Amino acid sequence: MNQSVDALRARFGEAIQDHHVSCGDTYVYVDADKVYEILNWLKEEPGQEYDYLVDVTAVEYRDPEPPLEVVYELFSHPRKVPLRLKAKLEKEGDLEIDSVVSIWHGADWLEREVFDMFGIKFRNHPDLRRILMWETYDEGYPLRKDFPLRGRFSRSEQVRRVLKGNPETNYSVEEISIAKDNTSIPDDMRQRLLRGESGNIPDSASEADRV
Amino acid sequence: MSEKSTVEFELRTPGIDGQGNPTSHAVGLADDAPDLHSDHMLVNIGPQHPATHGVLRLVAELDGEVVVKLIPHLGYLHSGFEKLGEYRFYNQLIPLTDRMDYLAPMANNVGLALTAEKLMGIEITERCKVLRVIACEMSRIIAHLVWLGTTSIDIGAFTPFLWLFQEREKMYNLQEAWTGARLTTSVTRVGGMMADIPEGFEAGMRKFLLEFPKTLDEVDKILSGNGIWCGRTQGIGIMSAEEAVDYSLSGAMLRASGVPYDVRKDRPYLDYESYDFDIPLGEHGDVFDRYLVRFEEIRQSARILEQALDRLEDGPINVDDPRVILPPKSAAMSEMEAMIFHFKHVMEGVEAPVGEAFCSIEGAKGELGYYLVSDGSAKPVRWRVRPPAFINLAALPKMSEGHLLSDMIAINASIDIVMGEVDR
Repeated sequence: MNQSVDALRARFGEAIQDHHVSCGDTYVYVDADKVYEILNWLKEEPGQEYDYLVDVTAVEYRDPEPPLEVVYELFSHPRKVPLRLKAKLEKEGDLEIDSVVSIWHGADWLEREVFDMFGIKFRNHPDLRRILMWETYDEGYPLRKDFPLRGRFSRSEQVRRVLKGNPETNYSVEEISIAKDNTSIPDDMRQRLLRGESGNIPDSASEADRV
Repeated sequence: MSEKSTVEFELRTPGIDGQGNPTSHAVGLADDAPDLHSDHMLVNIGPQHPATHGVLRLVAELDGEVVVKLIPHLGYLHSGFEKLGEYRFYNQLIPLTDRMDYLAPMANNVGLALTAEKLMGIEITERCKVLRVIACEMSRIIAHLVWLGTTSIDIGAFTPFLWLFQEREKMYNLQEAWTGARLTTSVTRVGGMMADIPEGFEAGMRKFLLEFPKTLDEVDKILSGNGIWCGRTQGIGIMSAEEAVDYSLSGAMLRASGVPYDVRKDRPYLDYESYDFDIPLGEHGDVFDRYLVRFEEIRQSARILEQALDRLEDGPINVDDPRVILPPKSAAMSEMEAMIFHFKHVMEGVEAPVGEAFCSIEGAKGELGYYLVSDGSAKPVRWRVRPPAFINLAALPKMSEGHLLSDMIAINASIDIVMGEVDR
C-alpha cells in the first residue's frame, strides 16, 4: 500500500474515505468538494511531491447504484511513486467538481474531455467546452451508460440536423470575438454567427434569409 | 612563385552566429515598430492540410505573421473507441488499439495486453516478453522515422523523407512477415502473442540493424549541422522543465526539456530494467532538442533490438492456461475439451476479476497509458486510454503564441501527433 494514504488521513481526516489496493495499485476515495485542496497538498507537500498529473478521467458503472467517479492518476517524478485518487459524484446531484487546471495546466484538455464525454462540470475551468464532439452536439454525453452505442438520435434525425445546421457555427464564441474586429465580415454573416450558437438556424430566420 | 593567400571569412546563416549557436528567438513586433492600425486576421488551417499531420484544425489569430492566439479543434477522427470497448471482450480491444496510433500499432497492442494481464494477474512467458520488447522497439523506430521524414518536409527538406521512408519500408516488410499487416497488426493477445516470429525474421532484423545506421548517419549529416534546419528549429517552441511537467508532457517532448522521465526506466515493464540503453535528454526544450532526442532514441531502440535478439530463446509464446489462451485449431477440431474452451472463448470471452488496473508503457509519442475497470464480466466497464499525443498537443497554443505562423508549423510537427490517437 502507498504510504501517502496514511499521510493523507493524518492531514485531512474525514475527507479521506476508504482506500483499496487493486492489481498492485493503491487508490483512495476522497470527498469531491475537497479534491482541489487535497491534490494541491499532494503536489506541494515535501515528502509527497506528486508533481505529475498522468490522467484525469471518469468511470460510470453498469450497475446504476454506484455514483460516478472522477479519477486522478498521479505520479511523483522525484519519488517514482504512482497514486490514484477518486471522487464520487452522485448521479442525481449537479455533477460538479473543482477544476485542477490552476494546479496543473495539463488538466485543461483532460477535464474538457471528461466534461464532453460524461457531462461533469469543472468549477473554475478557464474554457470548459466540448473537445472531441463538436460544440453544438446535443445528443448528450457519449460515455454515460444511458447513452446508446449508436447515439441517441436516429440516423435520419442526425442527417436532418446536419443539413439544417449552420456551418459557420464551427467557429466558437471565442473565435467570433476575434472575427468581430475584422470589419470585412458581412453584417448578416456576423449576425448569423452570433445567433447560431445552438448549431441550428431558427426556421423563421432561415426563411427570412431566403427572401 | 606566387604565394598562396588565405582569406578568412565567417560563414553566416540567418539565425545562427559564427559558433553555430542560435540567435533567433520568439519573433514579436519590435517596440519601436510603427503602428499601422492593422487588424488582426483570423486564419483557418486544416482540417485538410498536409502540415497539420492529419485532420487537425487550427484557428489562428494573426497580427501580421505573428500568431497571437491559437485555438485547436479536434474530433474530426473521433471514433468512440472507449465507448465501443465497453461492448467488446478484452481480446477484441486489441484491433481497436491498432487504429489509434496507427504509426506504432504494435506498441499499442502490447500496452493493452499488459494492462489486461495486470488486471487478470497473468504472468507471461519469457519468450513473449522478449518478442514484445522487439515489437515495441520496432514500433518506436517506425514511428520516429515517419516523424523525422514528415517534419523535415514541413521545414523544407525533402530528401530525408525519401531516405527514411525507404528504411521504414524495410522495417514494414519485417512487420508484415510477422503479423501479416502493415498497419493493423493486432500482434498481441491477452496472455501471449498472436504469432511467433517467422523464419528468417531474426536474420532480416540483424541485416536491417547493420545497414540502417548508415542511412541515419547520412540524415544526421545533412540535418544536424544544416544552417536552415538549425535556424528553423533552434530557440523555437521552448518549454522549460517546469512547464513541461506542468503541462503533463511525456515522451521526447518532456525529455527534450531536460526531465529524465522514461516509463521504461522509471516504471519498468517487460524487464526493460535488464536492457542496457540510455535515455537521451535535451537541454533547451526547443524543436531542435526534440529532434536530437528522437534521433538518439532511434539509435537506442536499435541497441535494445540487438540485445533482445540475442536473448531470444526457444520456448512457448503463450501462457499455459486454457482459460485465457485459445486452444490450437487442430486441438479444437479433434479434442472435446479443447473444443469447449474454444467455444467459451469465442462466445463468452475471458472474464476478469473485479478490480481496476492502470498500466503505461513508453510509446513512440510518450507515456501511453491504459486504464481498465472490471466488474467481473468479460467486458470492461470502462476502458480509458491515456493518449500521449492528445496531452502533448494541448501545449501547442502555449508554445506557438508569439511565434511566426511558419514556426507554428515546425512546433506542431515537433509534437509528433497522430490524430487517430488524439481523437480516438
